[in-house]
Amino acid sequence: MAEKPRLKIPKDAKKGELIEIKTLMPHIMETGQRKDKDGKTIPRKIINTFTCEFNGKSVFSANLDSAVAANPYMQFFAKVEESGTFKFSWTDDDGTVTTAEEKITVG
Amino acid sequence: MRQLSRRATLVLGAAGATLTVFGWGGRAQAGPKEAADQIAKFTGGKTAAQGKISIELPEIAENGNTVPLQVTVDLPMTADDYVSDVMVVSEGNPNPGVVTFHFSPMSGKAEAATRIRLAATQNIVVVAKTSKGEYFTGQKLVKVTIGGCGG
Repeated sequence: MAEKPRLKIPKDAKKGELIEIKTLMPHIMETGQRKDKDGKTIPRKIINTFTCEFNGKSVFSANLDSAVAANPYMQFFAKVEESGTFKFSWTDDDGTVTTAEEKITVG
Repeated sequence: MRQLSRRATLVLGAAGATLTVFGWGGRAQAGPKEAADQIAKFTGGKTAAQGKISIELPEIAENGNTVPLQVTVDLPMTADDYVSDVMVVSEGNPNPGVVTFHFSPMSGKAEAATRIRLAATQNIVVVAKTSKGEYFTGQKLVKVTIGGCGG
């Protein structure tokens, strides 16, 4: 998957502020339920894990099942106490891990 | 018109019933039982208390392929007492699992949103676990006009 994830995070925040983070990963999220035109089941291929870390510490993560819609969207919060870097990762069923980073200035 | 004998009628009726069972029951659906099993695995058999959870879903989802879902757990998020895991389970999809969110004290707020697929009109059940090992649950019925699991 060479697709680039989309991130929406404020560039700066006040110390202790609760910020909202939105992410979207372009992905088909093939359920493993569908059949192709020859009647063969199309194997499951989904993003099964999403993680968000801030300065190396886990903030939020999710285990996704095939019931998550295509182009998995995640919206959640983080409380920031210091400047640093958010690191995101998306793990595909085939083992591919896509990562993205975003810096935030806290003052 | 030739009258059907009583026996022939019975045979036809039985054939019809068999067709109904095998013809329409072709796709396995997870029911409330599968959902309950999934929840029992998550809670380790403990009973979850009703409340503290709000689920935002459209009352009627016209397209089951992408249905916005937001879950909020109304509990504190401090370093030693926070909502650690929130599991979302479907009672009417082919698989009961939907998504499990894992929070940390750095989350600040036990709220997350995503978009999900719904195969049919059903209950969505949410179970939250706190760092102290307490469980809370809530559910919401969502009507689905067009199912979203392909096929």
